[in-house]
Amino acid sequence: MRGIERSLDKFNAAGIRPVAISVDSPEQLRELVETNKFTFPFLSDPDLTAVRAYDLVHPGAGEEGRDIARPAEFLIDSSGTVRWVNLTDNYWVRGTPEQILEAAKTLP
Amino acid sequence: MRRFNWQIWAGFLIGVFALLSYPTIFVQWPATRDFPWVNILLFVIAEIFIFVGVRRAFGPDRGIASKIGAVILASLSSLVLLAFIMVAFVSSTWMPEAAGAPVVGSRAPSFTLADSNGRQVSLSELQSMPISSAQPRGVLLIFYRGYW
Repeated sequence: MRGIERSLDKFNAAGIRPVAISVDSPEQLRELVETNKFTFPFLSDPDLTAVRAYDLVHPGAGEEGRDIARPAEFLIDSSGTVRWVNLTDNYWVRGTPEQILEAAKTLP
Repeated sequence: MRRFNWQIWAGFLIGVFALLSYPTIFVQWPATRDFPWVNILLFVIAEIFIFVGVRRAFGPDRGIASKIGAVILASLSSLVLLAFIMVAFVSSTWMPEAAGAPVVGSRAPSFTLADSNGRQVSLSELQSMPISSAQPRGVLLIFYRGYW
């Protein structure tokens, strides 16, 4: 997320809005956003509605066996079509800002 | 008095730092996160110190306590290295496949969720809200595990 924040000017210039989604509560997100001075939106999905809709539920992987999201990135164009997907095999390995900006070049 | 075997302690402590610094420090930058080369380099340095320290402990002028201490620290260091391999390369791959995730060309499922201010935000709003007074060309959804 810090990598995304550092590249936010480039995302803005490319017309791409990054949005982070997790099962954290809005209060936890506010703390996270304030501590790290994040300026892009963070959304709270404690009931896993979006996480389930994108088939990203990782059962029991959270604190106290809570269901959480497995990491993934989706680039969606203005018509709502998925243009690029990154489902990582290792949760440390994530889409880099460079890869995402390269994928953004294909957007209409 | 025999001199303190600092090499074995340095090796052990560098190893511990190499383990702990990956999830706390080096994950912050994609260049040190996607492949943890800094941590691997730290482990190489740690193992060199351990090797030198163990050799020293088994030198002619060292007592049994020195040898036992070195063996214990070297064993603990191996466990630390194993823990790092587990954390960085093994347990992090234990994830569901997400076979039903939206594929390129499909329609992105819509949703409405609360943001960090408790305000309800929908995907279509994210797609249409201007970015510095221009219409966005796309939205990048980043699902993550959460900080709990």
